[in-house]
Amino acid sequence: MSIEPSVRVEDKLFYNRYLVDAGRAHIKVRPHTTPSPELLSMLKACPARCYELNGNGQVEITVDGCIECGTCRVICEESGDIEWSYPRGGYGVLFKFG
Amino acid sequence: MIEEKFDAIVVGAGMAGNAAALTLAQRGLKVLQLERGEYSGSKNVQGAILYADMLEKLIPDFREDAPLERHLVEQRFWMMDDRSHTGLHYRSDDFNEEKPNRYTIIRAQFDKWFSQKVREAGATVLCETTVTELAQDAYGKVIGVRTDRADGEIHADVVVLAEGVNGLLGTRAGLRKRPTPDKVALAVKEMHFLPRETIEARFNLKGDEGMVIEAAGTISRGMTGMGFIYANKECISLGIGCLVADFQRTGETPYGLLDRFKRHPSVAPLIEGSEVKEYAAHLIPEGGFKAIPQLYGEGWVVVGDAAQLNNAIHREGSNLAMTSGRIAAEAIFQVKSRKDPMTAENLALYKKMLDESFVIKDLKKYKDMPALMHTQSQNFFLTYPELVSKAMQNFLRVDGTPKVEKEKTTFKSFIKARSWSGLFGDAFRLARAWR
Repeated sequence: MSIEPSVRVEDKLFYNRYLVDAGRAHIKVRPHTTPSPELLSMLKACPARCYELNGNGQVEITVDGCIECGTCRVICEESGDIEWSYPRGGYGVLFKFG
Repeated sequence: MIEEKFDAIVVGAGMAGNAAALTLAQRGLKVLQLERGEYSGSKNVQGAILYADMLEKLIPDFREDAPLERHLVEQRFWMMDDRSHTGLHYRSDDFNEEKPNRYTIIRAQFDKWFSQKVREAGATVLCETTVTELAQDAYGKVIGVRTDRADGEIHADVVVLAEGVNGLLGTRAGLRKRPTPDKVALAVKEMHFLPRETIEARFNLKGDEGMVIEAAGTISRGMTGMGFIYANKECISLGIGCLVADFQRTGETPYGLLDRFKRHPSVAPLIEGSEVKEYAAHLIPEGGFKAIPQLYGEGWVVVGDAAQLNNAIHREGSNLAMTSGRIAAEAIFQVKSRKDPMTAENLALYKKMLDESFVIKDLKKYKDMPALMHTQSQNFFLTYPELVSKAMQNFLRVDGTPKVEKEKTTFKSFIKARSWSGLFGDAFRLARAWR
């Protein structure tokens, strides 16, 4: 079995165009001390790897590379772990091909 | 506030929204279409295959100026294990016809063209505008929308929700539930650019001929999912998708899955030397007939992916979107022509017309398929592909073993992996769900 080369999502996101709405994150993670299983699953399930664990074991989000798929909304909105809105008109990912 | 009142507001400018807005405008209704992207297409993601028949019903002469990539002359189905694929290919010169049936397209370009047709038909298209919520009266009737523009409440007799698979408005207003992780797939896709001649040589194509590969098997690591490779003129769309619930359960990463698929020995030579220019992700409705929500109500209808209208077995979504958008618009036009109000009772006509179309008939046919594929994912996406690969290799490899023994080995491997009752059960369940 060969060793898996690690995939750098950052390199993939670099292909994309974005218009970042600075200071207005369209997804917010509810403050927590211990993350729920749903929130933890986003560390792997988010295709843009927007979710990361901080030094205190809490899940944080950086939305700049978000490709607006809605996976985290489907997994985490029900439990109240996140608040999900679309970016303001014109902002966010700008697909050239889609 | 925009003082003007519209006959209809269409939220979203994807396939369903554009079909609805075009049809409404063609019938002479005063239409406002709202799109959050900088243009129609800039937020839309699909494989993508376009089905000519459904577009012809909207724009009969679309072939004259639509940005089409390649017309499909070949379809390949691959059952994959880690080192092989067993293929079923269908190619016919009959598909080289005057009016081809299926094309590959690039959505950002196609939707921009589609949107131009909507404007030409007379609709007002307002881009870079995110609708934040539905405006409802004291009785809950939808009377318009609120947007992120200043004082952005706009009124209309009816709102067409074409907001896509991840539409927020309907859920926020309590009109339908948010899709659950077992009812939607997450697909990730890359656009691989290569010289035109290289693509044509690698896929055995001439001129504008095209081909698509749909692949299933161990590439999805036991999850319910599929990979795809579509040939465009100067690029290849390559992607893979699995149920969100499966990603959640297994801890597999979407980009990890995509990269394994790209490195598969059957796939790697096809994209070798390509330049990747985009990485996209999108949800796909997979719940089928049983996941369809309430389709209409007081002052509103829902169409396309937002209504979960997608045929997962035939990989058809955009045609169901276009058709539901067109039918919703025709129903609205009929209600309007009779000078009747846009009540739930009158808009029920949309559902009645949709029920009579191929959209609901097809989804009904496969109503048990999504659940079967989900509960049996290990068998259908891991066990069987491996067994088939072993059987094929055993059949083809010439090593002096008597054929009788070879057949016995293959036979035994199937029984060992699934048992008699398992094999018959799987065949029975599959046949029943397909019926």
